[in-house]
Amino acid sequence: MRHVIIALFLLLPVMAFAVEPDEMLQDLVLEERARVISKELRCVVCQNQDIDSSNAGVARDLRILVRERLVAGDSDEEVIAFIHARYGDYVLMRPPFNASTLALWLAPFVLAVVSLLAGWAIILKSRRKGVVADFSEVEEAEIARFIDINTPKDN
Amino acid sequence: MGRILAFIPLTIAAVFGGFFLWGLNPDRDPNNIPSVLISQPAPQFDLAAIEGLETPGLSRADLVDNAGPVIVNVFASWCVPCRAEHGILTQMVEKDGLRLFGINYKDKPEDATKWLAELGNPYEKIGSDLSGRAGIEWGLSGVPETFIVGPDGTVLFRYVGPVVGDEAIARFREALEQAGALPRGQNG
Repeated sequence: MRHVIIALFLLLPVMAFAVEPDEMLQDLVLEERARVISKELRCVVCQNQDIDSSNAGVARDLRILVRERLVAGDSDEEVIAFIHARYGDYVLMRPPFNASTLALWLAPFVLAVVSLLAGWAIILKSRRKGVVADFSEVEEAEIARFIDINTPKDN
Repeated sequence: MGRILAFIPLTIAAVFGGFFLWGLNPDRDPNNIPSVLISQPAPQFDLAAIEGLETPGLSRADLVDNAGPVIVNVFASWCVPCRAEHGILTQMVEKDGLRLFGINYKDKPEDATKWLAELGNPYEKIGSDLSGRAGIEWGLSGVPETFIVGPDGTVLFRYVGPVVGDEAIARFREALEQAGALPRGQNG
């Protein structure tokens, strides 16, 4: 019994949909497209959520608007462009590639290249130093003696 | 080469420190979404008057071909900060002779009428945006928001949140001065 209750509580967050039944479209294909588009659009009130999972009033309005545009015959890109024109880059969950987002998009690659180069340089340097392998005769004799002392004799 | 490498940690620390300093700046509001409307023509909208109120409705046509810049304020009776800024906007109309238009956002007509009867109605025209659709056209993220629209219908300035408190009022008046709605250097 306890396990069932725990399982139910674990399921709770999965069931917490923001999309209310009255917003949904009868046409399952359009509704599915609306859900996909909604996941691409950021809620402007609660910025870490997409409008698909947000309970904010504006998010609901935008969801309804997305569905209206789809019913009117817009393509997915046209719907996103429609909202992008009104709310700017901020409304897109995936920031577009342009002059102001250049650093955002390129920084990971630049940093990866820089760190690889740095690592390579450090490895090369340590290799060049190498290990001093030339011992004098006295040192060789001492090493041989040391090995001899420490080698277990089987008897 | 070794000398230069020794400075790398310092450089990295300085870069990160700079970021943190920027992030800690109390004036920076991460919720502040830059408006795409600035320097753009005001969006297309056509709103009817609030039912039962004599003040006429508002459409885009009212924001074009004005003698000077006008203020467009998005408000609602259910919005508490709107109540706070109402007096300040009223003063701008009465003392500074500015023109104020309103968009009544998702408000019941009877509530809006009561609210305006209680606090006074400084608005020249008010459009009733029951569906919130005009709000979306304006890129609204919440109420109140206040815009300054130039004589040709270009959006010049957007203020998110109530114009309340010395700092907010000073910023808003400065924007009005820049727009040419107020004479320069009268701030205060």
